[in-house]
Amino acid sequence: MTRAQLASLITGFVALGVILDLVRRRHLRVRYAGMWLVVGIGMTVLAVSPGLLDRAAAVLGVVDPPNLLFFVAIIVLLVVVVQLSLELSRVDEKLRILAEELALLRHRTELPEGPSPSSEDDDSSRAPR
Amino acid sequence: MPSETRSTPISTVLIVVPAFNEESNIAETLSEIAGAGLDADVLVVDDGSQDRTAHVARSCGADVLVLPFNLGVGGAMRTGFVYARRHAYRAVVQVDADGQHDPTEIPKLLTALGDADLVIGSRFDGDDHFDVTRVRRVAMRVLAWAVSGLTGTRLTDTTSGFRASGPAAIDLFAKEYPAEYLGDTIESTVIAARAGLVIAQVPSHLRARRYGEPSQSIIRATLYVGRAVIVLALAAIHRRPTRAAP
Repeated sequence: MTRAQLASLITGFVALGVILDLVRRRHLRVRYAGMWLVVGIGMTVLAVSPGLLDRAAAVLGVVDPPNLLFFVAIIVLLVVVVQLSLELSRVDEKLRILAEELALLRHRTELPEGPSPSSEDDDSSRAPR
Repeated sequence: MPSETRSTPISTVLIVVPAFNEESNIAETLSEIAGAGLDADVLVVDDGSQDRTAHVARSCGADVLVLPFNLGVGGAMRTGFVYARRHAYRAVVQVDADGQHDPTEIPKLLTALGDADLVIGSRFDGDDHFDVTRVRRVAMRVLAWAVSGLTGTRLTDTTSGFRASGPAAIDLFAKEYPAEYLGDTIESTVIAARAGLVIAQVPSHLRARRYGEPSQSIIRATLYVGRAVIVLALAAIHRRPTRAAP
């Protein structure tokens, strides 16, 4: 095993270890851990058998095998980042709805200077004209 | 969103005043609205203000919704539209808290709402001069032209916040009202048009802000145009919203 192989093997293991630890401590939800675990396993596998990369490169017609690695890595990172942005947009919208609902609910329940604090549904009990 | 029992409001018109740190303007704006003698309820949406906006508005007798953090004008307005929808208001008029919009022009907007779902108080349509930097003026004209093309209605001022929405627009905007910068004006107009709503405009006068500086410089204006173009382009390719059931 070359030193480079050893280095990438260690990196792969460390990556896997960190991900698993984060999941174990419940800092990372399983649904997000999945993709990172795949990345960690991929790194480890490639470290153990670098021939795999060469063969894959040959099959796909990539002249320089490392280029395949970079290409795949960039695509994976791109997908992950887009997915996170997507997730963030969803969370944003949910947060916005919650903020709206909170404001509406507060208005119904608090009424700091309202007429009767007991009427919880002040909005719906407003007398028709 | 959960549906609540709709009730009949005292008035059928709701004036929504989005306010962010407007403690020095809100009282006068509210008293002007009250002084306009309209048969309308007033709802102030405090958009996560750090100052006493909500307190001042309440002491003026307005209904106040307090958002827990700043959502932007679009966020505040959607909250207002949700409120209007749940309380079965037939019209929502947006009036900015800084006093730029003249409440005495509200009846004009409401009248136009008779033949339209969304009425925009246009600042370029009137005989009044509207003082903006030239770059911005040109930008606004280009935007107006582009939005007019997209909506199929001739609009001269698409970034005006002074607007009135009828029942169909309230239903739509309660679900879909962009919170992003310029989303509350340009994008919402495009959304309304694409949902098949009828958009009209009436001339309106814009007054200077009473307190606080409006943000205008060449760099800002340029950024503004850039953002507007992006917003517009994205609004045009967004999936067509389905027109809300009446």
